[in-house]
Amino acid sequence: MLTKTVVFRCDESLQMKVVAVLIQKASVFRSSVWLSRGERRANAKSLLGVMSLGIENQAELQVTADGEDESEAIEAVTSYLAHPES
Amino acid sequence: MNSVTLASIIREFKLERVLPCGNPEETRIGIADLTRPGLQLAGYFDHFGPDRIQVIGNMETAYLERLTSRERRTRIDALFATGIPCLILTRNHAVFPEMEAVARKYDIPVLRTTAPTSEFMASLGKYLNVELAPRTSLHGVLVEVYGEGILILGESGVGKSETALEIVKRGHRLIADDLVEVRRVSDTTLLGQAPEIIRHLIEIRGIGILDVKELYGVSSVKIQENINFVINLEIWDESKSYDRVGLTEEHTDILGIDVPSLTIPVRPGRNLAVIVEVAAINFRQKQMGYNAAKALTERVFGVKS
Repeated sequence: MLTKTVVFRCDESLQMKVVAVLIQKASVFRSSVWLSRGERRANAKSLLGVMSLGIENQAELQVTADGEDESEAIEAVTSYLAHPES
Repeated sequence: MNSVTLASIIREFKLERVLPCGNPEETRIGIADLTRPGLQLAGYFDHFGPDRIQVIGNMETAYLERLTSRERRTRIDALFATGIPCLILTRNHAVFPEMEAVARKYDIPVLRTTAPTSEFMASLGKYLNVELAPRTSLHGVLVEVYGEGILILGESGVGKSETALEIVKRGHRLIADDLVEVRRVSDTTLLGQAPEIIRHLIEIRGIGILDVKELYGVSSVKIQENINFVINLEIWDESKSYDRVGLTEEHTDILGIDVPSLTIPVRPGRNLAVIVEVAAINFRQKQMGYNAAKALTERVFGVKS
């Protein structure tokens, strides 16, 4: 199991789209991927779960991945959250 | 550790802020126990928990009335000096002038309700137990079928949301999709609800987000429900054997409580909603004392298993 902390950077007008793309990126992997913010925790493969975290620009998120491809999964998710535009 | 602000208690119980000292937004209550400080007002402080809310009713008021003003001041001072979070007067009792002086001295708020003491303590205790309960969030769907709260768990894409939608169409209720916040409100009870921001929304792949309450009406949703039963959905694994009879009892541990559970293998063409529905009825029947698998064993082998 791997855990990494990342600060979410994103233009406000794009948030919904960024979340949708994030779900797709996380869903590619077999590992389970979780995002947590404060005491809330959500499955990164579920749209409503991630939306319920209420993530906004500059929010600090903890990403946890567990499974056979966990290192690729955590890398893909954290780098996307840090730079969604690229 | 979970805690609740004094301000939310004041709002919930519409308490009158007789002596608005301290800052209720900052004061956090982390313990569900309440104290009637009768012994403490008499001067006995062994085993006293100063982090608890103090409630004063008829008895304590009558006792304080009997004292001289000077004694009253000393006794109330000793209680407030322990750093209690607040003092609540029930039955609309008046504030003693000595109490006012002491509350200001230690900057501790005194609140008031019109409710009788026991009744007020019971409802405040229940509220605190729910608010301070251990909690977790689970990835799953919570529905209510024939009065049973059923938590459906499983990997993403296994068909939890689709099953929930079909269950709602069959006249049952949705509590939460995708993310269920679970609280352990007693040693035997788990309470589940959706985070407010996504309450009663459901996501179906290919369509997007649906608002179940708007589409199917108020009778198709519920705010919260106890979790009586867990159904684990998993992709059919040929190498695994699934329960064919129903004599074994499986449990899933949630926050330290063993909840009865079933594992249902998913294959295209299996109508999961019907299976969930029948599992709910079967669960109720078992609780009422009839077990079809046991009855069959009896019929075939002529013995009670």
